[in-house]
Amino acid sequence: MIDNFPYIAVAILMGLGFYTLIFKKNLIKIAIGITLIENGANLFLITLGYRKGSVAPIYTQAPEGANMVLPTPQALTLTSIVIGVATTALILSIAMIIYRKYGTINTDEVRRLKE
Amino acid sequence: MAKRFITLLLIALLAYMFLPFIVEVDETSQLNRVAEKYVTAGPLELGAANLVTAVIVTYRGLDTLGEIVVLFIAAVGIGFLLRKPSKKKIAAPKRSSSEILRTGSDFLIPLLILFGVYIFTHGHLTPGGGFQGGVVLTSAALLFMLSNTEARFNKQLTEVIESVSGIFYLIIGILGLILAGGFLDSRFLQLGEMGRLFSAGAIPIIYSIIGIKVGMELIGILEKLRKEEI
Repeated sequence: MIDNFPYIAVAILMGLGFYTLIFKKNLIKIAIGITLIENGANLFLITLGYRKGSVAPIYTQAPEGANMVLPTPQALTLTSIVIGVATTALILSIAMIIYRKYGTINTDEVRRLKE
Repeated sequence: MAKRFITLLLIALLAYMFLPFIVEVDETSQLNRVAEKYVTAGPLELGAANLVTAVIVTYRGLDTLGEIVVLFIAAVGIGFLLRKPSKKKIAAPKRSSSEILRTGSDFLIPLLILFGVYIFTHGHLTPGGGFQGGVVLTSAALLFMLSNTEARFNKQLTEVIESVSGIFYLIIGILGLILAGGFLDSRFLQLGEMGRLFSAGAIPIIYSIIGIKVGMELIGILEKLRKEEI
C-alpha cells in the first residue's frame, strides 16, 4: 500500500487542479490550478521512473553495486519544472494585463464588460 | 447544476484512470534498455558521476537547448506584455524594508550567491546543476529587491550577460560537432578522473553557462514584474 502512495498523491493533485481550473473564476486561482496539474504530472513521471530499492543515479554518492533508478524521467522532469516556471510567469503577467484593462480578474466580470 | 455534475463525473473518471497504478503496481527492479545503457555507459563515455546531468547536458542536449529557448521566449513575452507602464499610477508611498530584513539579507545574499555557484559548478558530481543554481542566484536577487526597495537592477547588463552566455552555449555545441561526436557532445575536452571538479569534459562549462543564463533570465523577469504598479 505504501508503495503506491505517490500515485494516490498524483490523483489527488490532478483532481484538485482540474476542479480549480473548472469551477474557480479568479485568474490567480486558475494559475494555481494549472500549477497543481503540472506538479501532479511531474510527480507521476518521477514515480514511474522509480525502481524498488534503488538509489539516485549519482555515482559519487551511491553505495557500491547498488541499483539505480531511471535517469531519463528525472532529467525530463527537471526540464518540465523549468518550463512550468516560465509558463506560470507568463500566465501571471497576462493576468496583470487583464486587471489593468478591466479592473478585475474575475473571468465572468471580464466577459460581461467586453460586451 | 447539470454542468457541475458532468464536470465532477469527468474528474471522477480521471481518478479512475489512475486506479490501475494504485491497485497493481509492478514490483520490478529492472531498468529498461535505454536506462540500462545510460547507467552503464554514461560514466565510461562521459565521465560524469551524476547521470541525470549526463542525460540533460549531453545525451539529450538538444532538449535542453529547446528548454532554454522556451524560457527565453517566455521572458520576451513578459517583456512584450508589460512594455507599456500602467496609466493610472496609484502613488502608494514605498515603505523602506525593516531592520531585520536588511541585516538578514546582508548576511544571506553572499552565502546564497556562493551556494548557487557551488550548485552549478558541481552539477556533474552532486545533485543539482545549472537550472537549480540559476534559481538560487535569482533568490539572492529577490532578497536584494525586497531589502532595497529603491535599488534597480541594470536591465541592459542582465540582458547582455544572458545573450552572451546563450551564444557561448551554442559555440560549445558547435565545437562538439566539429571536435567530437555531434552537436553538444561534451567529449572534446579531457574526461579526467571521475569525481574531480575538472572532469567530465565540457559538462561543467556547459552547466555553468546554463546556470548564469537561467539566473539572468529569471532576474530579468522579476525586474519586469516588479516595475509594474497595479
